[in-house]
Amino acid sequence: MSGWVEVEGLQVCGPNGPIVDQVSFQVAKGEVLALIGESGSGKTTIALALMGYVRGGCRITSGAIRVGGRDLVASRERQLQALRGAKIAYIAQSAAAAFNPSLNLMDQVVEPALAHRLMDRASAEAKALDLFRALGLPSPETIGRRYPHQVSGGQLQRLMAAMALITDPELVILDEPTTALDVTTQIEALRVFKRVVRDLGVSAVYVSHDLAVVAQMADRIVVLNNGRVREQGAAEQVLEAPADPYTRSLVAAAQARRPHPSGRVEDAEAVLELRGVSARYGRGPEVLHDIDLALPRGGSLGVIGESGSGKSTLARVVSGLLPAASGEVRLAGRTLAPTVGKRTREELRRIQIVFQNADTALNPAHTVGRLLARPVALYEGLRGAALEARVRELLDLIRLPAGFANRRCGELSGGQKQRINLARALAARPDVVLCDEVTSALDTVVAAAMLAFLAELRRELGLSMIFISHDISAVQEVCDEVAVFYAGEIVERAPAADLAQAARHPYTELLLASTPQLRRGWLESAPVCAPANIHR
Amino acid sequence: MKGVAVLVLRRIGSAAIVLLLVSAIVFTISSLLPGDAASEMLGQSATPQAVAALRAKMGLNEPAPVRYAHWLGGLLRGDPGVSLADNLPVATLVASRLPKSLLLAGLTAAFATPLALALGILAAVRRDSAIDRALSLATLSMVAVPEFLVATLLVLLFAVKLRWLPSITIVPEHPSLWSFLRGYLLPVLTLTFGVVAQMARMTRAAVIDQLRQPYAEMARLKGLSPARVVLVHALPNAAGPIVNAVALSLSYLLGGAIIVETIFNYPGIASLMVDAVTSRDMPLLQACAMIFCAGYMILVLVADIAAILANPRLRG
Repeated sequence: MSGWVEVEGLQVCGPNGPIVDQVSFQVAKGEVLALIGESGSGKTTIALALMGYVRGGCRITSGAIRVGGRDLVASRERQLQALRGAKIAYIAQSAAAAFNPSLNLMDQVVEPALAHRLMDRASAEAKALDLFRALGLPSPETIGRRYPHQVSGGQLQRLMAAMALITDPELVILDEPTTALDVTTQIEALRVFKRVVRDLGVSAVYVSHDLAVVAQMADRIVVLNNGRVREQGAAEQVLEAPADPYTRSLVAAAQARRPHPSGRVEDAEAVLELRGVSARYGRGPEVLHDIDLALPRGGSLGVIGESGSGKSTLARVVSGLLPAASGEVRLAGRTLAPTVGKRTREELRRIQIVFQNADTALNPAHTVGRLLARPVALYEGLRGAALEARVRELLDLIRLPAGFANRRCGELSGGQKQRINLARALAARPDVVLCDEVTSALDTVVAAAMLAFLAELRRELGLSMIFISHDISAVQEVCDEVAVFYAGEIVERAPAADLAQAARHPYTELLLASTPQLRRGWLESAPVCAPANIHR
Repeated sequence: MKGVAVLVLRRIGSAAIVLLLVSAIVFTISSLLPGDAASEMLGQSATPQAVAALRAKMGLNEPAPVRYAHWLGGLLRGDPGVSLADNLPVATLVASRLPKSLLLAGLTAAFATPLALALGILAAVRRDSAIDRALSLATLSMVAVPEFLVATLLVLLFAVKLRWLPSITIVPEHPSLWSFLRGYLLPVLTLTFGVVAQMARMTRAAVIDQLRQPYAEMARLKGLSPARVVLVHALPNAAGPIVNAVALSLSYLLGGAIIVETIFNYPGIASLMVDAVTSRDMPLLQACAMIFCAGYMILVLVADIAAILANPRLRG
């Protein structure tokens, strides 16, 4: 039992008891260890504890953490301060939030080196420049003079890597470093991280919820659930022959899913049709250009694309939240007014939208029953017992017991909340449901269950649905057809089942090639292609 | 920098519009006051004929829009008219009082602002500690205790009991530094009591808000000292709300100093305005109101510009 990093029987307690308990693992010099788990598993708490840092209200109550022979639990704050950013460096999840918005990038990148008095300003800047070049940042000479809001998310993530590496740390902690990135950007960041870790021979702890990403990065994997270690071992063993049932469920959820074709598209009549729709926000540039789309009754259209591709704008235009600049939206053959305010109540009822985040979409002060009763009362005019019966029916539809009507959303799990969010849309008996990234905020296993549920619901109710997502495998699971959005245009339309065979446009190919696979060595075999090379 | 210039010009433009609106409101409200300068000057025993004659002489019989246009035109030319009560140009009266008020406000600002910032930052860094709670209690009580009580207690202690300081503020023509400080210490202390609390509490809230941001945690994880995290990382981002709180507090020093001016018998502009109200001296009253409003607008404008310059996104 000897590693370069040793964690033994770690317990971290928050205000409501242990967040992390009895956690032990080792990391050898030059090794990459992955901490994998879902939200609430304690992975970030452990990662921060490796720097002797706990968040407000928490403390390390027992156990030992040794990094290179130094005992972090017994160290004083001043000693830890000397270690952080110098010997142990941290790369945070959202670079956009982790950079100070009012300081320029160079000041922040060289700050660890200067604060620890490791080098003078000139040599620190020279080293930063070398790192910018090594990390493949554009115009490395001048990018340091910019501010965080002036560079892209992928570039910020690489700048954060430069900030971490400027002091030649011995241990680098990467906390979900690519989760906030688009897949086509993520693959490049993963390559950079992997190369840097290998080249510099540093030890690394890689925190992630994404097994496919971890499969590319880690030598060893620790699986966490509710603050405890469920399983740990070599990456191949954990991924290919998981021993623990929880690990098996994670692996199953991450595996490429089989599409569920609905087979219920009986007639070719389009329930929803877009003709030459363009849209812009205020006086800004056009974010949707001349979109033509048709959704057959009972059909399910997947809309995929990266952030900024216009896919959420599409949902806003169809629902009337954002009036189209030109073109028309037709529902069952009749042209809809461009804005919500000018549509009739009946038209509003027939198009419902399900938002990404149930936490912000559902009023936390209302009971589930009240949330579901509102659209029923509004659109169907039901009162009293009939209303209650309809709410029970809706709860039954989303496989929740009738007793949930009296509970508030704060008491429910993420998956349950998202089902309620969906039920609220279904309460209006809509013709078309717009699902905007409805699985993005959910954990992998919960998201997989939600997708299976959506596919089932489609078969049951014959819903017509536009399913917007950045996750290609999610789209394939619930949709008959896929539209690929890029820079506000549809660059590809293909049947969901054989998107890979049918893909013609280079962006679709890039998207397919960038989606991480559970297979070890996928990252090395994936073709290198920069998004900048794509022509519309 | 071009974006900043446009933003600043737009702010100045809107400030000018606000001032114009305020001038109309001030004029309307002051004409709603019961009685007028003519009846006030002649007293209760005056005959109606005498009052009517004086009214005609003073131009009080003209319709309100005409009087407003006259007054506004004069204001724009830098001539706010003649005081009805003293028969002196309003400009002369204001010129004798305004510098004194500005001096008192400036001294208080110079003393109270750094003090408030230091207290606010200290409370934010040590939040939920004994120091934080003590400061919170102290600042709350400072807001709660009325100024006349603070002033009276200070006078009682330092002027009456200890006899260290004068109880009224009379500064000679060419004061020594010592007599100058002695004269101003009590009013400045009293005003500081009133304004420091608000600024300190806003500073604390703004700094704590920034310390909760992910970038502040990142700064700590870079191994920076707590002082550096607060001063280099959190404070620049908290500048916007802080300068606004400072501007609001300081704007109070000009017009809200009436109690302090009265207690310390200090010839400032606030007491001039109160005199104008009691003697129904509309030109003087209106001029004072416009000065207070302009002072307020200037402070808010400066705060806006400071907040823009502190934010690289707005700086463009």
